[in-house]
Amino acid sequence: MTELKKTPLFELHEVLGARFVDFAGWWMPVQYTGAIDEHLAVRTAAGLFDISHMGRFELRGPDALAAIQMLTPNDASRLRDHQAQYSALTTEQGTFVDDITVYRVSVDHFMLCVNAANREKDFRWIADHLQGRAVDLYDVSSSYAQIALQGPAAEQTLQSLTDVVLSRIRYYWFDQGEVAGISCLIARMGYTGEDGFELYVPAESVEWVWNRILDAGRDVGLKPCGLAARNTLRLEAAMLLYGNDIDETTTVLEANLGWMVKFDKGEFLGRDALWRQKQEGLRRRLVGFEVRDRAPAREGYPVLINGQPVGQVTSGSFAPFLKKNIGLTYLPIEYTDVGTRFQVLIRQRPVEAEVVPTPFYKRPK
Amino acid sequence: MANYPEDCLYTREHEWIRVEDDTGVIGITDYAQAALGDIVYVELPSVGDSFSQAEPFGNVESVKAVSELFMPVSGEVIAVNEDLTDSPELVNQDPYGDGWMIKITISDPDELETLMSASEYEEFVKEEEKGK
Repeated sequence: MTELKKTPLFELHEVLGARFVDFAGWWMPVQYTGAIDEHLAVRTAAGLFDISHMGRFELRGPDALAAIQMLTPNDASRLRDHQAQYSALTTEQGTFVDDITVYRVSVDHFMLCVNAANREKDFRWIADHLQGRAVDLYDVSSSYAQIALQGPAAEQTLQSLTDVVLSRIRYYWFDQGEVAGISCLIARMGYTGEDGFELYVPAESVEWVWNRILDAGRDVGLKPCGLAARNTLRLEAAMLLYGNDIDETTTVLEANLGWMVKFDKGEFLGRDALWRQKQEGLRRRLVGFEVRDRAPAREGYPVLINGQPVGQVTSGSFAPFLKKNIGLTYLPIEYTDVGTRFQVLIRQRPVEAEVVPTPFYKRPK
Repeated sequence: MANYPEDCLYTREHEWIRVEDDTGVIGITDYAQAALGDIVYVELPSVGDSFSQAEPFGNVESVKAVSELFMPVSGEVIAVNEDLTDSPELVNQDPYGDGWMIKITISDPDELETLMSASEYEEFVKEEEKGK
């Protein structure tokens, strides 16, 4: 067994009393005070997550944009300096190598944030598809730590530590500036359904920044949060998880991410397959559902229509803020309308479920 | 520090049983509830169901995972804790008290000999923790 990787914040998590779990080869905090407590802190105040396990790549050179345009279905040419975009690395079949975030630092300098589990695969995939373009690819994951500050009190908490005027950073934009005296990339985005920021911090300074944020947020109820809360938060917000809800067998259109496919931007990997699928019509699509039962529907549980198995739950949990049992699954397209009933098999017991609108949770404006 | 009452016997799967004459009250240990984290659902059998020693009698679900519950000794269920339906968090809050799960009539008292005392269980947990 290979040794699990640890983030630069590992020792601090231990001091904070975290319980750890093996996540994609990383020894990560799964919870501190408790998953529900942390979940609710993010919905009502603020939470701080160590997400340093994520992969970070840089693409530099005059052909950086052209390379990204070929690798992803979204239109990166629409990005301005300091703007970011949710996107994907797609196969020729229009399925997911990974879902990623693309950051434009400048016209010939882009950064990609990728899933921890896919880091090596993505790096090879990108390197193999650069095809002699004038662009250099770097894996800078270990140079940076990454932390996410999420929740209604995120801006107020972070503002006390930086001169950057955070209210001027719009959703999916970023700025470069000092946080607690350390130069960071400050991006307004997240994976919880709340307002908040993701910070890229030099690995050697992240302990300092983490502690200053915890101090600054103490009065508003900020809590360190683990992967358990991150998962229930992202599910309430119906944000997809690679390996569960999307993978190399599911297309971008089936995953309800058609909005990110810009057919008019020109060629990209998977364009033909996705175009064909769009013309022919989808056969299945990802939906959100609630189960009418006290037992949560969990990943891998069979999904039935009229007693016949049609798939399985891709994500499922008790939703701590909504206090409901919710999940995601792919259903045949004729069963995807809101209100459609089907069953989830929970330990051999068919339980009624209903397609509901997503996201399950939407933060108040 | 986790707490293991002296008046209970313990299984390697982290259930406890408190014995009075030929009946036993069963739940999960303080160590188990802490390891599971926030408990959101407890699935229990019906009164009248019978189980053998080590047979699964239900499930306890935390935010993170589902865990099976195993019978410390053979017996017939004579009561289930209905409060856990609406308040599964009682298992976290009071695992040996309000968080009890089922009561049984013990069909083979000799099986109690196979269970651990509080001090044996405490040692067992320490060893398990080391193995992680």
